[in-house]
Amino acid sequence: MTGSLAASNLSVRYETPHGAVHALRHVDIEAHPGEVIGIVGESGCGKSTLVTALANLLPANARIDGSISYNGVDLAKLDAHHQRLLRGDEIALVGQDPMTAFNPVLTIGDQLVDFQHHRKDLGRAQKRARIAAMLGRVGIADAERRMNSYPHELSGGMRQRVAIAAALLTDPGLLIADEPTTALDVTMEAQIIHLLRELRRDYNGIIIVVSHHLGVIAELCDRVYVMYAGEVVEGGEVDAIFHDARHPYTQALLACDPARFHEKLDRLPTIPGSLPNLTQPPSGCVYAPRCDRAFAPCVSVAPPLVKLSVSHMARCHAVTP
Amino acid sequence: MLAYAVKRIGLGLLILVLVMIAMYAAVFLVPGDPATVALGPRATPELKRLLIERMGLDQPVWWQIVEFFRNALTGNLGYDVWSNRPVSTLVLEALPNTLILGLTALTVALLIGVPLGCLSVMRRGTTADTIIGVLSVGVIAVPSFVVAIYSLLLFAVTLRWLPAIGAGEAGDIVSQAKALIMPAAAIALGWIGYIARMVRASMMEVMGEPHIRTARSFGLPEWKIVSKYALRIAIIPTISLVAVGLGSILSSAVFVEAVFARPGIGKLITDAVNTRNYPVVMGTVLIMTAIYVSITIAADLLIARLDPRVRDVFRG
Repeated sequence: MTGSLAASNLSVRYETPHGAVHALRHVDIEAHPGEVIGIVGESGCGKSTLVTALANLLPANARIDGSISYNGVDLAKLDAHHQRLLRGDEIALVGQDPMTAFNPVLTIGDQLVDFQHHRKDLGRAQKRARIAAMLGRVGIADAERRMNSYPHELSGGMRQRVAIAAALLTDPGLLIADEPTTALDVTMEAQIIHLLRELRRDYNGIIIVVSHHLGVIAELCDRVYVMYAGEVVEGGEVDAIFHDARHPYTQALLACDPARFHEKLDRLPTIPGSLPNLTQPPSGCVYAPRCDRAFAPCVSVAPPLVKLSVSHMARCHAVTP
Repeated sequence: MLAYAVKRIGLGLLILVLVMIAMYAAVFLVPGDPATVALGPRATPELKRLLIERMGLDQPVWWQIVEFFRNALTGNLGYDVWSNRPVSTLVLEALPNTLILGLTALTVALLIGVPLGCLSVMRRGTTADTIIGVLSVGVIAVPSFVVAIYSLLLFAVTLRWLPAIGAGEAGDIVSQAKALIMPAAAIALGWIGYIARMVRASMMEVMGEPHIRTARSFGLPEWKIVSKYALRIAIIPTISLVAVGLGSILSSAVFVEAVFARPGIGKLITDAVNTRNYPVVMGTVLIMTAIYVSITIAADLLIARLDPRVRDVFRG
C-alpha cells in the first residue's frame, strides 16, 4: 500500500526535570509515493526527533502536537496498539548504527523471520525464502549461509545491507533511513548509497533519508528539507537547495561542505556561534543570533514562510520571492 | 568450545585439590589432635593410639593427602570412625535428598523469579513494579531458617496440612512431595526475590540497547521483545548468580535440613562435625565441592552456548 505523508504544524517536546525541551516546532513537511525526501541539518537540529515521530518511536516523555497524516490516518492520534501494527508493516526504519542494530544472540535469519510477523499468510519456510531472495537483492553473496550467521560475524557494511533488506521485506509504504551511512567508512558509504539508488528504481513508496552529510542527500533525494534548531528553515527540490539556496543558514551550511571546495584551505570554514537553548526557544528567528544578515525584526518577530516557487520555500525575513 | 571445556574442567580439578589441602590444613591447625577431641579427655592412651592409627593420623600430612586422593580415585572416601561404614555409601544415601531439595528450590525460584523480573520491566514505574520490588527485597532479607521455623509452626503445628519432619515415606511419591514443600519453599523464597531483582536490573539495561529499538521499529509485540530479544541476554548474569548461589543454597540446606530433621548432606555434615567424624567431613566436603565446581563449569558452558560472542572468544 502506498499513500502520501504530510506532517503539519508538528511540534514535539521532551518533558525533563529541567523543563520542557522543544525539540521540534511547527514543522510542515510532505512526501508523495515514489519520492525520496532528504532531511539535513547539524547534530541536535531535530532530524532524528522528526523521523522518530514519523515512526511512532518517541520515548515516553515526549509530547506531540499537530498532525502526521499518512494515507488519510493521523498517526499522532493513533493509540499505541495501532501504532505498533503500522510499524514493520507500513512504516519501516533503517537505523543509524548497523553495529548495534541487531540482537547479538540471535541469528540474522531468526530475527528477519520475526520482523515479518505481520505476514500471517506466510509460513516459516516461505519467510526464509523471502529473506534469502532479499539478501541476494541487497548484494549479500551466500545468503543461505549468512542467514545462519550472528550479527558480529558480519562487517558493518554487510549489516547495513541486512538492515535495508529487513526493512524492504516488510514492503513498507514509508521507508525511513536515519543516517544510514554515518557509522560506515567512505567506501562502505558509497556502496550503501549505490544500493539505495538502485532500490529506489523499483520501489514506489516514500523514502525519507536523514543525514548531516550534504553529499548523501544530493545523490539520493528528490526534495530536501533543511532543519535548524527544531524548525524547517528551507525546503525545495535538490537542485534549488544546492544551487539556489536562499536561507542564510542553508547558504552557510553549503559554504562549510568540504566537498564543495575547489582548492586546499588552511582552515575549514564554520558557522560561528552555537544552537539556541531549546528549553526557551527564541521568539524571533531561531537562526538570528548566528545570522550575518539579521536585522531588527529577526530577533523579536517569527519569520514568515516565503514561497519562492511551487516547491521551494524558506522561513526568513531577509528572503523575498 | 572443546578446548574451552577442557580448560574449565582442568581448572575445576585444581580447585578440588586445593580445597582438600585447605581442609587438611584446617584439621591440623585446630588445637588438640582429632583423636583426643573425638574421644574426650578421659580416654585411655591405648584407645587414643588405636583411633589415631585407624584415622591414619600417625602418617605425615602430605602422605595423608596423597593417600586420600589415591583412594578417592578408586571411589574409596575412607570409613566412618564410629560405624565403620564406607563414607561413599553414607554420602550416596544422603545426596539424593539434598539434591532434590536444592534443585526443587532452585527450579521454583527460577520459575517464579524470572517471570516476576520480566513483569517488573514490562510494567516499569507502575504500582505492580513497586510491589514486586518491595516484596523481593523483603524476602531476600528474611533468612531461610526463619522461614523454615515459622512455616513449620503455621503449616505443620497449627494447620496440620504438611508433615513437620523427615523426607516422607520411602516409595510414596505423594508423601515425599508433601515433605519437600516447606523445606524447598524456605530455601526458594529469598532466591525468588534475588532472581527477580537480578533479572529486572539486567533486563532494564538490555531494554535500552539499540537492537531493542530495532525490534520495536518492526512492531514486534512487547512480550515477545521482553521474552525473546531481551531475556536471552539478560538471563546471562542470572545464570552466573545462580551457579555461584548454589553453594549458598547447599549451605542453607544445612540449616533447613536441621530444622526439618530431613536426612541429607547437610544433616550428615552437621552430625559428623559434632562427633568429630573427620573422614565423613572430608568425604562429604569433597563431594560437595565436586558438585559445586561441576555446576559452575556447566553454567559457564551454558553461557557460552547462549551467547555466540562468548563462544567465539573461546573458539579462537
